Amino acid sequence: MNKTAQNISRRNFIRLSGMSGAALTIGFYLPALGKDATRIMRGDIADSMGIALNAFISIDTSGKVTIFNHRSEMGQGAYQVVPQMIAEELEVNLDDINIIFAPGNAKKYGSQITGGSSTVRGAYKHLLRTGASAREMLVQAAAGKWSAAKEDCYAENGQVLHRPSGKKFGYGELVEDASKLEPPKNVVLKLRKDYKIIGKPLPRQDTPLKVNGKAVFGLDKKLPGMLYAVVERSPRFTGKVKSFDDSAAKAVKGVKHVIKVQRGVFANLQEGVAVVADNLWAAMQGRKALKVEWDDTGFEHLNTAELYKRMNEDLEKPFLSQRTGGNFDGAFAKAAKKLEAVYETPYESHSCMEPLSCVAHYHDNKLDVWGPIQAPDWIQDDLCDRFKLKPEDVTINMTFLGGGFGRKAFTDYPHEAAEISKAINAPVQVVWTREDDTTQGPFRPGAVYGCKAGLSDGGRIQAFQTKMAAQNMGHQNPGADRSSYNDSTTEGFLESYFESIPNYSFGDVPTKSPIPVMWWRSVYSSTNGFAFESFMDELAIAAGKDPLDFRRSHLYNERYQNLITILEEKTGWKSRSKNSGWGVAITECFRSIVGEAVKVSKGADGKVKIDKVVAVMDCGWYVNPDIVKAQVEGSIIMALGAAVTHATHFEDGKAVEKNFDTYKMPRITDTPDIEVHIVENDEKAGGVGEPGLPPFAPALCNAIFDLTGKRIRKLPFKLEEV
Amino acid sequence: MASYTLQVNGKSYTIEADPQMPLLWAIRDLVGLTGTKYGCGIAQCGACTVHFNGMPVRSCSMPVSAAVNQKITTIEGLSDDNSHPVQQAWIAEQVPQCGYCQSGQIMAAAALLKKNNNPSEKEIDQAMQGHICRCGTYGRIRKAIKTAAVNMQKA
Repeated sequence: MNKTAQNISRRNFIRLSGMSGAALTIGFYLPALGKDATRIMRGDIADSMGIALNAFISIDTSGKVTIFNHRSEMGQGAYQVVPQMIAEELEVNLDDINIIFAPGNAKKYGSQITGGSSTVRGAYKHLLRTGASAREMLVQAAAGKWSAAKEDCYAENGQVLHRPSGKKFGYGELVEDASKLEPPKNVVLKLRKDYKIIGKPLPRQDTPLKVNGKAVFGLDKKLPGMLYAVVERSPRFTGKVKSFDDSAAKAVKGVKHVIKVQRGVFANLQEGVAVVADNLWAAMQGRKALKVEWDDTGFEHLNTAELYKRMNEDLEKPFLSQRTGGNFDGAFAKAAKKLEAVYETPYESHSCMEPLSCVAHYHDNKLDVWGPIQAPDWIQDDLCDRFKLKPEDVTINMTFLGGGFGRKAFTDYPHEAAEISKAINAPVQVVWTREDDTTQGPFRPGAVYGCKAGLSDGGRIQAFQTKMAAQNMGHQNPGADRSSYNDSTTEGFLESYFESIPNYSFGDVPTKSPIPVMWWRSVYSSTNGFAFESFMDELAIAAGKDPLDFRRSHLYNERYQNLITILEEKTGWKSRSKNSGWGVAITECFRSIVGEAVKVSKGADGKVKIDKVVAVMDCGWYVNPDIVKAQVEGSIIMALGAAVTHATHFEDGKAVEKNFDTYKMPRITDTPDIEVHIVENDEKAGGVGEPGLPPFAPALCNAIFDLTGKRIRKLPFKLEEV
Repeated sequence: MASYTLQVNGKSYTIEADPQMPLLWAIRDLVGLTGTKYGCGIAQCGACTVHFNGMPVRSCSMPVSAAVNQKITTIEGLSDDNSHPVQQAWIAEQVPQCGYCQSGQIMAAAALLKKNNNPSEKEIDQAMQGHICRCGTYGRIRKAIKTAAVNMQKA
């Protein structure tokens, strides 16, 4: 697919940032498909070559630094960590940086999707190089003005200083000269020991906006003359509008239009009827008065029990192999001890606190979109294709996101808003009610795992297999090869186990189901991790080994060993008493390794409660330790929800849970003490926003087994019913 | 439709609205203060919490007609400059992630501390249990309320 990104031309950038006069503008350009190396370029040169840069910094004659942020801010801290990286190498104070989410007229370049925990790990070296290159150009410009040797000049605190004379220039005084220089071919990045800003728990720049109501989220966006729309969508996912009666809806004061709309959901065009009014409440009232008849021909009215029966049956079928080593079948047959177990995980709704919404304005064969958006480039692609528009005529503007978790990386809600705006010839905000948001999907796919392993007499894993029966997200796309294996069946598994387990086999059976599914925080790891790490615990117990010792003996790599040692120290693992309710799990996701230990006990009422969670996060190089901790804390709470408080069920082809009265979210009263420790090492940056999620559920269930002897293999379960 | 006068953050606003329109939409779409958030519409999540004569209420579930000439405070009215002790504590403890639910959380915490300036952990949990945060900032909310309580006692 032709990937266009929401990149930005320098001219537009300067307009948006409110700068005037000369400016040093520099950014990086990540070519698509990895064909060419990333390049650091001056904005004006990029303009002249027709290249739009992926991220920009610009310094004006007052010395003000502005960053065009290339990632969405959905809570994960992109708004903070990107400036922290630039400020470090540019030698300016964090307070001197202004950050904007500015879109532009896009051209064809690299991905801007905020997903896969990639904001830092995907671009940190480029961001650091961009900051360092600008700094070097400013130093060079100062040396030129003084006719001094560049080696005698250095940058500090927004100034360039001449060491021998003590003379100095503010950055603003240098931008005109610096803007004519070429970015250096090679820049030397700072050593970690010299960091002043990176690695520090500096408070987030967006926090003040988020404690007084000033942060503008998608739902807060208003345009002059904007109308409001709500949409009655087919409760069964592929239903078509057979007919509708809008007479009562149109009688509601304020209702202006009632129209049939569609939105693309993978290979389907899903239909609905939009009620458009001059205020949202009127649109909602109009929708209540609307009568729609749906045509569900060909759609399976399945329910959750049938779906899981199908997935369990799929486990008996031949599977599509993703990764194998040695000879699993032979080694399993010969093993001294054999274990088999089946694990089940539920479908889930993303349920961001901000329901979906989108503002669209279709005018003069141009389309402007505003919204809480994780994937501006995909949305732009999609809209260009559907409306036959050129990329430069489709502008995607990002607001703050009230949560994303994967759902806001999808293209359906802007498509629907654009359809409505075009039909009514006015700017429109489409608001999804909580019920719409909870019932329409795409959902996290539920999964059933068949695990088998063989142990040697000495308690070593000789053979290990997991088969996943689940919908394959990739199979939903138009023209997808539905015979292809799922390439995520090892996601969550510790890479080092592949060195120590001589015979292994991972694969899947793609379960057929009409339910739309997609990424949910930590993607397949969110369910795989439960199977892998519950089963690992069962193996340790079968081998008669301590759960951490058992894992350690199968993890040859020092990095994993170190993480286990830290977990032991922080939990007092070795001095715990037997069956005191401790459980542990370790998973690997988006190049970070996270170990979590959970402590449970029985309360005075005899019911199991969670006392404490100790997490050890190894994300390698990181920017802001407080944000790393916050992300792990949040991941644990989200995992807690999927383990014990909520799930999406289906009945008669429709989602059952509609709002928070039935899709019950974890609350403050469910929140245990959480302690997060970050491993200090020299590894490359890994993901931060998601990897803390997968180990929680298995660690919890392993702790419950330790305390009660009861093995939980099916999520969700009720803590009070253990 | 009828004409209503609302007292929001010490100012009077006269609006034309359906009597059943929830106060939430009147505040957001007619008064134009968007800090108060829509989360569920059924009083389950607390994102829409405002003070109604000093008491925390769910504005999504109160008709605008019931709010006439009552004293309403929204997040925008808590302080002009983020100086309210709860806002200060939210910044000090770096509570918000996405931030969407935090207006409601902060209004609930401010109401709690006005009534009880030294709440126990249990009292904090009871006061805040009607508020959902999908980012899972609950641990920091507990901490921030304690921090705010200490600072309010000092003041």
